Amino acid sequence: MTATATTADGHRRTSPILDIDAVLDDPGTRIVVCCGSGGVGKTTTAAALGLRAAERGRRVVVLTVDPARRLAQSMGLTELDNTPRVVTGVEGPGELHAMMLDMKRTFDEIIEAHADPERARQILTNPFYQSLSSSFSGTQEYMAMEKLGQLRRSDEWDLIIVDTPPSRSALDFLDAPERLGRFLDGRLIRILMAPAKAGGRSAFKLLNAGFGLVAGAMTKILGAQFLKDIQTFVAALDAVFGGFRQRAEQTYRLLQAPGTAFLVVAAPERDAMREASYFVERLAEERMPLAGLVVNRVHRSPAPALSAARSTAAAEDLEARGEHDLTAAVLRLHAGRMQLAAREHREQEHFASAHPTVPIAEVLAMPEDVHDLVGLREIGELLAS
Amino acid sequence: MTGKGGTGKTTVAAALALALAAGGRKVLLVEVEGRQGIAQVFDTPPLPYEERKIAVAPDGGDVYALAIDPEEAMLEYVEMFYGMRRAGKALNKIGLVDFATTIAPGLRDVLVTGKTSEAVRRRDKSGRRAYDAVVMDAPPTGRITRFLNVTAEVAGLARIGPVKNHADLVRGVVASPETAVHFVTLLEEMPVQETLDGVESLREAKLPVGGVFINMVRPELLPAAVLEAAAEGGFDPGELALGLKAAGLADGGGGVPSIAGALAAEVKEHALRTVLEQRERRSLAEAGTPRYELPLLPEGADLAGLYELAEAMRAQGAA
Repeated sequence: MTATATTADGHRRTSPILDIDAVLDDPGTRIVVCCGSGGVGKTTTAAALGLRAAERGRRVVVLTVDPARRLAQSMGLTELDNTPRVVTGVEGPGELHAMMLDMKRTFDEIIEAHADPERARQILTNPFYQSLSSSFSGTQEYMAMEKLGQLRRSDEWDLIIVDTPPSRSALDFLDAPERLGRFLDGRLIRILMAPAKAGGRSAFKLLNAGFGLVAGAMTKILGAQFLKDIQTFVAALDAVFGGFRQRAEQTYRLLQAPGTAFLVVAAPERDAMREASYFVERLAEERMPLAGLVVNRVHRSPAPALSAARSTAAAEDLEARGEHDLTAAVLRLHAGRMQLAAREHREQEHFASAHPTVPIAEVLAMPEDVHDLVGLREIGELLAS
Repeated sequence: MTGKGGTGKTTVAAALALALAAGGRKVLLVEVEGRQGIAQVFDTPPLPYEERKIAVAPDGGDVYALAIDPEEAMLEYVEMFYGMRRAGKALNKIGLVDFATTIAPGLRDVLVTGKTSEAVRRRDKSGRRAYDAVVMDAPPTGRITRFLNVTAEVAGLARIGPVKNHADLVRGVVASPETAVHFVTLLEEMPVQETLDGVESLREAKLPVGGVFINMVRPELLPAAVLEAAAEGGFDPGELALGLKAAGLADGGGGVPSIAGALAAEVKEHALRTVLEQRERRSLAEAGTPRYELPLLPEGADLAGLYELAEAMRAQGAA
């Protein structure tokens, strides 16, 4: 502990308040990216922001990667797909559209746009491609960014709100372009490409002895058929690689542009706040414009003046006297609620002391999940208050 | 152990490992997503790719932990099955390992489940199982079936050959009656829905469904009749005000009536939430799996809390 360490009790909150409406109303804001670990209400936040922005006059599209049917239903849509659908019931001058990322469809479209029809067919029917496009752990991140770039370039919406995939690290989408680049520039690609370039009959025969060892090992480990599928795939994809790369880099730069606002979403729990801290640091490293932190599901008590300690002491007193059972139980309930609020507050303080300049918006916990536009609107109001 | 994000999956997995190790057994707790969640739960430095003792269970018994790194698992696999350590290193250098573990679909999952299966099957010199149980802190509910359904995952890629053979071997362990896929949930709508969907998709994939661990259950302090009335807005603060007065809470905060009114509002909120929780409990019952309830830890899941959860699991016959 250093002399400057602050105590949890009585410590004044230093974080600035996040002014959500200022972000949403600024015509310069063209993209809002909601990111955070899984289970913190990221998708709901994105939808609530979309509705609020639309009702304040913007033409908005919400791009979600979460296949939750409930979210679609809350916006009055039977299901969401890869095309933006208009949401009815928006009260105000703007418009709200919503769509859900179809990873495979988006990937197919890129192939179709970049390869001639014959080559596109070869790629689309390759078993390796089919598996890659529907289950590659990084495909979702990459395709979400690709779709975001497409929406932005179409210039059909003046605000795009996107929620990021609940990936392992929750940051994979930032790494997708680099990872793709590393893969494309790697020696692996050259080795895999070698048979195609050498005429295809004898794999690796033109390569030197060091590569021979590698080639032998690859065949042994992966199996000849698997290796052949990858090679065919890589060869066919060669033509569109350049385009892929360029687009990934474009989207990455788009995210760094001043028209983008990142919102880190968290819940007031240790893991989620820790992840949020990490996120804030990573975004700064990548020079991505951070608007602030949204803390969802914050608990408060309607009777904050009665402390947990006093409440517990009073309950003990009544219990010892054998009187007023109900009051004692209510006081215990209240003490529990105050403890929870205090713990949540400590988690937030922890974040605030590490990142004192990051603006924070709190959203109070609601007794029930969101089921309709009314619920989303309510969340939007809480976000802005 | 799987569960939606935010349900406390890693904590519950760690507590189950402790519960299974109780009474002198040896349990391995495995992490697969590179998040170092186990190290955080046990408050230790990040775990290396190495099985090491992390906790001692009640009445003796050891919990070992392992954070599986897919790249390391790949190199180990190449060495173990092909005796090619040097070739493995060369593959790593050209980026094949990176490719196979992050870009090639399914391979990463096969490597991770493969390493876990190896620990399950491993025997010591006397022929006894190296571990009495292996607990995996698995990927979240939304990905669990695909993650465990390794043969289907690589089927499109490798119909024959070593990758397919390895996947078949792993499938044998994952789908065996010795395996149980447990779910962690909260009594909230979304995690419960995901749990029910997850149970269904595992059953479709013929993978063994275990139990549902309902985490962070709050103790019920108020009588059912009071809760029912409060949920309907019929809670009478009059008796509460008398009790508060008797407890000497008349001073500060605006006096007894206003405290009573505020507490009555708190009771109503609590009652509404309890009604919702009952509904979620009924939904979970429909899945027809064993259910275990784990108490909410007021101070969060610290080390002492883990032992408390482990005890609750043993008391309910989960371990």
